[in-house]
Amino acid sequence: MSGLIGRKIGMTQVFGEAGESIPATVIEAGPCPVVQKKTPERDGYGAIQVGFGEKKKSRVRKPEAGQAAKAGVPVPRHVREFRVEDPSGYEIGQELSVELFAQGDRVSVTGRSKGRGFAGVMKRHGMSGGDETHGNKSHRVPGSLGSAAYPARVFKGRRLPGHMGDARVTVRNLEIVRVDTDRNVLVVRGAVPGPRNGILLIRK
Amino acid sequence: MNAIDFVTAGELRNDIPEFAPGDTVRVSVKVIEGDKERTQAFQGYVIRRRGTGLSETFTVRKVSGGVGVERIFPLHVPSIEKIEVLRRGRVRRSKLFYLRDLKGKAARIKERR
Repeated sequence: MSGLIGRKIGMTQVFGEAGESIPATVIEAGPCPVVQKKTPERDGYGAIQVGFGEKKKSRVRKPEAGQAAKAGVPVPRHVREFRVEDPSGYEIGQELSVELFAQGDRVSVTGRSKGRGFAGVMKRHGMSGGDETHGNKSHRVPGSLGSAAYPARVFKGRRLPGHMGDARVTVRNLEIVRVDTDRNVLVVRGAVPGPRNGILLIRK
Repeated sequence: MNAIDFVTAGELRNDIPEFAPGDTVRVSVKVIEGDKERTQAFQGYVIRRRGTGLSETFTVRKVSGGVGVERIFPLHVPSIEKIEVLRRGRVRRSKLFYLRDLKGKAARIKERR
């Protein structure tokens, strides 16, 4: 289950076979060079580490520089690991590209969602809140948190206000509607977590 | 041009004639019935164009058997076979929703010369 690192470009629409319009996200993905392999013998599990983008020279640390030099590629700005059963099928320095995917494939896309700060229950949990009018003063509060003398406490897991977003979110089963191998671009049906220019992981 | 423009460039059609609200058009639409494909025409006044780029749509209104019928088409949808402009109309606004309240002679549009 290897994948690619990508960057969210933004959303648009494309037309499907039957002329229906499909809401779509454009992702610039890869090319991603394999910079390291993790083998069951040496590391206890199988995985490949891939890079994406290019790092500013002043930001490069020595270990990264060595790793990239071994792979014979410029120092990547982002490095992520993908678990694979058998890493022997990959070579260090090998480049993965959008050719990994074909139109119609289903992929999982992982990103970091937009931070919403400290959010109330209406925004964070979709609660309905109270009436705005008719003399009501409880407009955006959650209402009752539970019973009274028994259990005399609030149960764990009660949905309350708190920090929302800026979390790792995976959206699964997104259909690939276009693949542009010349420009390293994937177009997937639907929305994808995070802001524009956010870093994404795309897995089969 | 960014990557989105390249994606939409592949979807945009360049065979669309120039037309504006007030014009009379005949839109030939491909319809799939079972396994057969045929074209169906929809003819009427253009009463609205909205949006830009790939998401631009237009609305065609006709009166069929005394009942007003409006259809909204995405301008670049591939299931439109062709758009024929039959008549240019002289109108003074870009959204002709007032036609909905008019019927018969009052709902006519003068031809633009």
